Amino acid sequence: MATDVVFDAALPWQRARSVALRPEPFGALVYHFGNRKLSFLKSKQLVSVVQTLADHPSALAAIEAGGVPEAQRPAYVKALADLARSQMIEPRESA
Amino acid sequence: MTAVLPERPVGGRLIDQFEYGLDAPICLTWELTYACNLACVHCLSSSGRRDPRELSTAEAEHVIDELQRMQVFYVNVGGGEPTVRPDFWHLLDYAIGHDVGVKFSTNGVKLDKTRAAQLARTDYVDVQISLDGATAEVNDRVRGEGSFATATRALANLAEAGMKDFKVSVVVTRENAGQLDEFKALTDSYGAQLRITRLRPSGRGADVWDQLHPTQAQQRDLYQWLLANGEHVLTGDSFFHLSAFGEALPGLNLCGAGRVVCLIDPVGDVYACPFAIHENFLAGNVRDEGGFQRVWQSSELFADLRSPQTGGACTKCAHFDACRGGCMAAKFFTGLPLDGPDPECVQGYGETALAARDASLTAPRSHLDHSHTGPVRGQPTLLGMPAIPPAKICDESPLAGLDLR
Repeated sequence: MATDVVFDAALPWQRARSVALRPEPFGALVYHFGNRKLSFLKSKQLVSVVQTLADHPSALAAIEAGGVPEAQRPAYVKALADLARSQMIEPRESA
Repeated sequence: MTAVLPERPVGGRLIDQFEYGLDAPICLTWELTYACNLACVHCLSSSGRRDPRELSTAEAEHVIDELQRMQVFYVNVGGGEPTVRPDFWHLLDYAIGHDVGVKFSTNGVKLDKTRAAQLARTDYVDVQISLDGATAEVNDRVRGEGSFATATRALANLAEAGMKDFKVSVVVTRENAGQLDEFKALTDSYGAQLRITRLRPSGRGADVWDQLHPTQAQQRDLYQWLLANGEHVLTGDSFFHLSAFGEALPGLNLCGAGRVVCLIDPVGDVYACPFAIHENFLAGNVRDEGGFQRVWQSSELFADLRSPQTGGACTKCAHFDACRGGCMAAKFFTGLPLDGPDPECVQGYGETALAARDASLTAPRSHLDHSHTGPVRGQPTLLGMPAIPPAKICDESPLAGLDLR
């Protein structure tokens, strides 16, 4: 179950290829077709950060570009780390 | 008719969000047929005979198309016995091909070596074999003579075929509650995963609930067992009423009916939950204009269910946040008010409420009953019904019927 993906917000990430996002009033439902795990993104801002991860040189850059207030950024990094642990997001090769 | 709905809060806990419902269900149960080779005493859908109005293959495909559009990523398929539908294997492939994964429950009757190998080769399918006793003696009393042998043969076939992650699905009753460790051992021996769920007084379950639902002492033991073993055992979050013992159990501790859960029955009727086959919980039909999506998103019934409970005896209880009043269907089919305690309330309020029921009122019953009308081969013996007689009297004993006086 547990994988050894270490989340480094300074590296480039992307939504995993076998993952789908379903928009919901509070954010989105995340589903991994491979491991059949289900997760939730609890705000629309987090949804947009996850969706734009691939457009930015690092996860931190995506968080910044998403307009997340400074004080909330640690919470976003933690949310992304959780998603990395459940393989919902994956490291991207090139920046 | 519809009350003014309270507005959904922004942010906060997920469970609070779920109370207001989702754009599509997370957990959709789809019963493909009311036909079943068995006659389990506690069948939640009173299955047995096929309904002539059941969805055709084309209609079922249409539902799958719709689920794909709504991004319902998997469905729990059941029945009846879904595999007795001649188009079952076609619909399975069709769903998987349309990004709708299938988890199906079966008594194992059709899972021979060939089917087991086919399933093992198929991605995105989950199989649950129903077993309600860790021994034939306990199981067959409830599910019928020979059903333990059928189920374990299917389990052996799946294991032999190299199927991964298949499940043994157990409804916890007074008679098998003491077998949890045995169930775990049996499941492990096939390399399968154990899933245990709660007995509801739904369908024929209403007839045997008094006799079969776990005692308070068994509920406490079950709660302790789940705290100790819960990590490796699936529950479908069905025991959330036990959270009022203290520590919350893992999973969604909330009645998901019409909010994150619903049922499509074999004739396409959409109910708030698989345990609520009753007109009061019927939201519409997938054959109606607008299909399933319209029923899920716009039915008046579901809108009413999608608001937090604000009144009733339970909201004043110190444990309300833990159990949220328990299971709607369990209350309804035991004749209890929906804003009152669950009949199995672990704080004891359910027993008090059951005792205080107006004796002149009978508990509501489903308008549907597809039970077999005559005896079936392998009749459950719990109710003391006669077994089907042997076709020839000497099938039983070569000396049967001989008068040796």
